[in-house]
Amino acid sequence: MPPALPPALLDALLDPVTLRQVAVAATCNVSCALVGCFLVLRRISLMGDALSHAVLPGLVIALLVARDGGPAAMLVGAVGAGLATTFLTRITQEHGNVAADASLGVVYTTLFALGVVLVKRYMTDIHFDIACVYEGSLLNVAMNTTRIAGVDVPRAFFTAAPVLLAVVTVVTLLWKEWKVATFDPALAKTMGLAPTAMYYLLMTMVSVTVMTSFESIGSILVIAMLIAPGAAAQLLVDRLAPMLVVSAVLAVAATLLGAAAADAMNVSPAGAIAVAAGLLYAAAALFGPRYGVVSRLAGQTRLALRVRREDLLARLYRRREASPIGAGSPEAAAAGRVTAAEAVAICGGGWLGRRAVRQLLRRGQARQSGDTILLTDAGAAEGQRLVRSHRLWESYLVDEVGLQTDHVHDPAHEVEHFLGESIQAQIEEQIAPRLDRGRDPHGRDIPAAGGPRSDGRTGGGGT
Amino acid sequence: MNAESVVPKIAAGAALLGATGGVVGAFAVLRRRSLLGDTLAHAALPGICIAHLLLATRDLWALSVGALLAGLLGVVCVTAIPKWTRTREDAALGLVLSTFFGVGVVLLSIAQQRPTGAQAGLDSFLFGEVAALRGRDVRVLAVVAAVSLAATAVFFKELKLLCFDEGFAAAQGWPTYTLDLAVMSGVALVTIVCLPVCGVVLMAAVLIFPCVTARYWSNRLGVVLLLSAVLGAAAAALGVLSDQIEAALFTASPGGLPPGPMIVLVSGLFFAASLLAAPERGLIARGVQTLRTRVEVVTDHVLREMYEFGEETGGQANIPGRQLAARVSSDPLTLRLVLALMRWRGWLEADAGGTLRLTPSGGTEAAGVTRTHRLWEIFLVSRADIAADHAHRPADELEHFLPRTLVAELEAELARTGRLPQPAAATAAGHVPPSLHAPATTEDRA
Repeated sequence: MPPALPPALLDALLDPVTLRQVAVAATCNVSCALVGCFLVLRRISLMGDALSHAVLPGLVIALLVARDGGPAAMLVGAVGAGLATTFLTRITQEHGNVAADASLGVVYTTLFALGVVLVKRYMTDIHFDIACVYEGSLLNVAMNTTRIAGVDVPRAFFTAAPVLLAVVTVVTLLWKEWKVATFDPALAKTMGLAPTAMYYLLMTMVSVTVMTSFESIGSILVIAMLIAPGAAAQLLVDRLAPMLVVSAVLAVAATLLGAAAADAMNVSPAGAIAVAAGLLYAAAALFGPRYGVVSRLAGQTRLALRVRREDLLARLYRRREASPIGAGSPEAAAAGRVTAAEAVAICGGGWLGRRAVRQLLRRGQARQSGDTILLTDAGAAEGQRLVRSHRLWESYLVDEVGLQTDHVHDPAHEVEHFLGESIQAQIEEQIAPRLDRGRDPHGRDIPAAGGPRSDGRTGGGGT
Repeated sequence: MNAESVVPKIAAGAALLGATGGVVGAFAVLRRRSLLGDTLAHAALPGICIAHLLLATRDLWALSVGALLAGLLGVVCVTAIPKWTRTREDAALGLVLSTFFGVGVVLLSIAQQRPTGAQAGLDSFLFGEVAALRGRDVRVLAVVAAVSLAATAVFFKELKLLCFDEGFAAAQGWPTYTLDLAVMSGVALVTIVCLPVCGVVLMAAVLIFPCVTARYWSNRLGVVLLLSAVLGAAAAALGVLSDQIEAALFTASPGGLPPGPMIVLVSGLFFAASLLAAPERGLIARGVQTLRTRVEVVTDHVLREMYEFGEETGGQANIPGRQLAARVSSDPLTLRLVLALMRWRGWLEADAGGTLRLTPSGGTEAAGVTRTHRLWEIFLVSRADIAADHAHRPADELEHFLPRTLVAELEAELARTGRLPQPAAATAAGHVPPSLHAPATTEDRA
């Protein structure tokens, strides 16, 4: 199976039944993804969990009252159950002093149990496969069609499509209200945007989307469709509108991937779609360009290497400076040297240390002769820049912040890597009047900006 | 079959399960990890399926080990996701729960295709089979219950510290991380053992309900744990017996009651009853307390307004009911209740025209209330540097709650510093200092 997957996937997707499954599932999943974004952003993702369970008794009661189980009755049942859940969790949280997570657990388990009892008790005559509760029956959805203009359209599409339309309409019309209520409920209240009403409206929309997805994807797997696309989109983009678009795209992608894989491998399509959504989230979490774990680790590694390289350059520069010949003279070039083992140790040791030394050699900032590492001219210039940055910051801390001279080395050691030319110039200008002939608090020269100087004795104020 | 003899055994086993779940779940709830058990239970499904597919067995032990491993992997994911990404904990819980469950559903559909793989045993993990509680299951359960209860008893002090002040526990040198891990492992163990009995969805209820319900009745951890055990056991036993109870009460039973969901519904009933009727934290008790306070406040306002009306008109005035209502800021219903109560206490008389008059005892009360209000106003103006026209509102809010001893102290203090006009007379209980707001109409009514 796995090697032949791509052609098998394509074949699978072109099958009319699969096509119908995908169309219905994609419509439901996009609705879920859109409302799910708001759940994720409000940090109430688990309300999706609660609502998806709690919709069951609402649907059962709707079926019991209206025997035909028409869409209107189901809608009323779902919305009623959703509002009841929202109301009950609020009551237990705000008036019953129950923590948010516990109140959800209390409310949805009770409502779900009520639903199961009602099913077992009163729906013996109606066929109600309990497996539908957790995985839906996408195949049934695709088989149950009506013929419109020569095309077999699944009946479920007639509820899924209007719901998607309603979700898009509500999000568009109440864009400003939902945005403010999502990110800053207090502000929404002061602006008179009725955040409580918006909250209940959101919960109503979630209940309705969950109801439409109930048949095709099931009550537990729909949680994946509510949360995964939104959470993944949140890792990829920063603004609300792109987040909604990306989440919708991801929902469609998860549907396609999941349905095709399920068809090719002959497994549960709902389960496969949920897994595909989870995998898309995992991919976003790992490889997202800005917030992905891998890219962040890479960024941190790059920074660590830079800091280690610079530490070695600064150390070599200081050695050269300390030699009696003086930092600037050509003969002094040989004075700034360490053994290779020492160099790795200065770079923090380990593979990062070894790599940092290798990078320095490759960049021509240091060279190796035998077992010693020497500073090149380019390296000396860089070392000088760093030492200047370090000593300027030390002077600044003593002069402007009023720290003791023996407390300024460590903070300067950390910040020296991040002071650009303009900040250095600014510091110099600010402390110039009090600068003691261009010396740092420990009495050492502050090197000038730019290349190595011929005279190691002149201060930094000159050029 | 002699169902009669099996049911009490199942009920006893369920009670054991409920008690264990209640005690262990209490720590999950108090550590704000209520949904941990829920996530574990859902995340266990792929482990069960993999164990079933690999070992081609339905042996409970093998499946439970698979469940435990998958569940723990799920918990690791739940803790790792918020740490490494900017996804929040709630989304992480939902993601892990649903994605793992999705993997489980896929694997289940593979298991169904196998000729040997009758997945009947696996289905019980989803919805539970309380009826399976017999023989070996009960013995396993008893061992788990004994271990977890013993561990709770031995590490009671440490667990208490962990639940209520983690930072302090860490500062005291307790290994909070290890303790936390132990608590989570306990929850995991109980979840996995109970899973084939409770089912995935109802597992959360077994863990959460007892503690949340017990919290309404006590603020002490020991009592809460004990109550959790009792409530968990009672709910489980009643849930199992509900079918028998119903059959005994109503002869014409329309159909069986599934025990698993019934356990949850009984727990829900216990919770709802506690939420409503618990003595201090219950909604009814708190509603009554709120109403009582409001009645006290409005009574004080009525008394003061009538006293001041008397001052303004210079005598024991009769105030028309409508005029009083305009002076007292209160909803009409509370005001009517307050007036009825005052008449019942004999503080108020009303004639047929709706005109109200204070009785002598009512007059004394009114003078006392007004005195407290004005003393506090004087105190605010003279000691807290609040402008005279700003003193009324804070005084209005606080006057109802000033104890008598404080009022006496206030009076002595004000008299000593010369802020009350007649030092000697001022300490007399009946003395009412003049109002700060309308000095022209006041008259010393000693």
